[in-house]
Amino acid sequence: MRDSFFAKNPSVLIFLTLLALFTLAVTLLGEAHGTGAISTSFVKTLGKTLCLCLVAIAMDLVWGYTGILSLGHFAFFGLGGYMIGMWLMYARTELIVAESLAQAEIPPTPDEIRDAIATQIFGVVGGSEFPAVWAFAHSLPIQLALVVLVPGALALVFGWLAFRSRVTGVYLSILTQAMTLALALYLFQNDSGLRGNNGLSGLQNIPGAGDIPQSIISIRFFWASAAALAAGYLLAAFMVSGKFGSVIRGIRDDEARVRFLGYSVEGYKLFVFTLTAVIAGVAGALYYPQAGIINPAEVAPIASIYLAVWVAIGGRGRLYGAVIGAALVSLLSTWFTGGQAPALPLGFYTVDWVDWWQVLLGLGFVLVTLFAPSGIGGLFDLVAGRRHPDRHGADLGPDKGSFREREAEQ
Amino acid sequence: MTSLLEVSGVSVSFDGFNAINNLSFEIGPAELRAIIGPNGAGKTTFMDIVTGKTRPDEGHVLWGGMNKSLLKMNESQIAREGVGRKFQRPTVFEDQSVFDNLMMALKKNRAPWSVLFYRQSAADRARVAELAEEIGLSDQLHRKSGELSHGQKQWLEIGMLLAQEPKLLLVDEPAAGMTLAEREHTTDLLKEAAKTRAVVVVEHDMEFVRRLGCKVTVLHEGAVLAEGSIDHVTQNRQVIDVYLGR
Repeated sequence: MRDSFFAKNPSVLIFLTLLALFTLAVTLLGEAHGTGAISTSFVKTLGKTLCLCLVAIAMDLVWGYTGILSLGHFAFFGLGGYMIGMWLMYARTELIVAESLAQAEIPPTPDEIRDAIATQIFGVVGGSEFPAVWAFAHSLPIQLALVVLVPGALALVFGWLAFRSRVTGVYLSILTQAMTLALALYLFQNDSGLRGNNGLSGLQNIPGAGDIPQSIISIRFFWASAAALAAGYLLAAFMVSGKFGSVIRGIRDDEARVRFLGYSVEGYKLFVFTLTAVIAGVAGALYYPQAGIINPAEVAPIASIYLAVWVAIGGRGRLYGAVIGAALVSLLSTWFTGGQAPALPLGFYTVDWVDWWQVLLGLGFVLVTLFAPSGIGGLFDLVAGRRHPDRHGADLGPDKGSFREREAEQ
Repeated sequence: MTSLLEVSGVSVSFDGFNAINNLSFEIGPAELRAIIGPNGAGKTTFMDIVTGKTRPDEGHVLWGGMNKSLLKMNESQIAREGVGRKFQRPTVFEDQSVFDNLMMALKKNRAPWSVLFYRQSAADRARVAELAEEIGLSDQLHRKSGELSHGQKQWLEIGMLLAQEPKLLLVDEPAAGMTLAEREHTTDLLKEAAKTRAVVVVEHDMEFVRRLGCKVTVLHEGAVLAEGSIDHVTQNRQVIDVYLGR
């Protein structure tokens, strides 16, 4: 019992080792520092996948451990992306505008530069002025802080209202869906100040790094994503390994009992919900510069449902399960929907995976739920010979000689 | 003698049904008390009111020497004040070990930050071992509590209550589903606990109540029908009518 953190949680060390080896392998095979066997665009795909794994860990904390089926965590992911996207777009447009105005005979005033940037960015939605939400877009430190603060504040307010009213179960899930839908609909409006359905684009071009090739930028982002995933995994493992983990799993299994033990269930839920929203925001801020574009469709309700599907397939209630699920399903999804999967000719009909992938995913989800409730991660238990007591829902223990059933029903 | 818990003139109704009807009840700081009554007498509702799960329509629930009102607090605040509750069905965290269950219940700061950075001390581990000894689960500490037998789960839950170090223990049908030997052990545990704190046992098994050998309060239709020793109340005409006469 007095062992160190890693001795108690061997899976953490295994995970970090594998992640380090993977990062090293991608670096050595990438175009920037290695042989070039992996294309720059695939490095970006892998980097994005690591970000998705990070948000899956957040989802696992909130759903797999605390039992809150939030179907809105992609809203926080998207918000993180928007926050960093605003700075990326502003700073890059500023450079372009400054360059073109430098040709002018009279040097431009700061106001003129600002107006020119606004026209550049908002021309597409018929605007030429900065909306209030862009007040800090010129400052990288402030926008970086907002990556954490905006999702955190939204989760705090939303969670406080929902948990205080003791909204649980499917009602909470519906509420979180409504939240992410409302956010998407708001962002779709041209006058929301975030360029409506055009979203923010050109995010892969890092301001001031114009002469650094994308191959190097992409591997840097890949490293950053791997580091964030490692940090997120460590944080999550730390949270769930001690008494805190004991309490949140207690909340998942029997929240009334935890309340009568004297723990403020609402406080714990709010804590986990807000913290995971922040993790999701950070993941989003790393994801979208690699994706290059963010638009309101990213925070559509379906995105958050996919997140739940990843965690369910990977195995909720275990951190590596969430990572496996997110990585596997999102990479497979890229492969199938990218048209790389060979079509399956059946003679009378040809199965084209671009169309049929979702059916396959749905079928996989149903099969996992029915036959392997602990997901792909559950396979590791078979290897380790570890089994959970299969007594959930069974109230009356089968102990020979006792007449409990009859009595308890009195 | 100042009382630990004083419930006075409490009424509560659900959709017009009077579950509790002008109920008054009092218990001292170190006392064992049994509450009996037929189904629907309001025993569980009474516990719900004291633990904050149900808000009464009228009446007072006063707590401790300072006469604090429990009605303004929520469940977890009341639990931190020192009211422990055991449910009818054993509710332990089945997916966690006996050790973790007891550790979670141990009286400590309950705030999220302090729990997050909590590290087990040797004293805490010793306390858990001591509790496990008391409830007879010493050699089961590292088993998942879902694997325990029904009676063992009941004891584990009692152990968790003791770990909370409550001033008042509310126990709902502790002997339900237990074998004879298990019942005896349970009786001993409760009697022992009542030496240092108030214990209220809700039961409708007369034999078990008789074994507890304590003052008995009989509830009927949400009000106190009789109070006194078991022999006293079982000879009460009204009590006999309520239990047998219908």
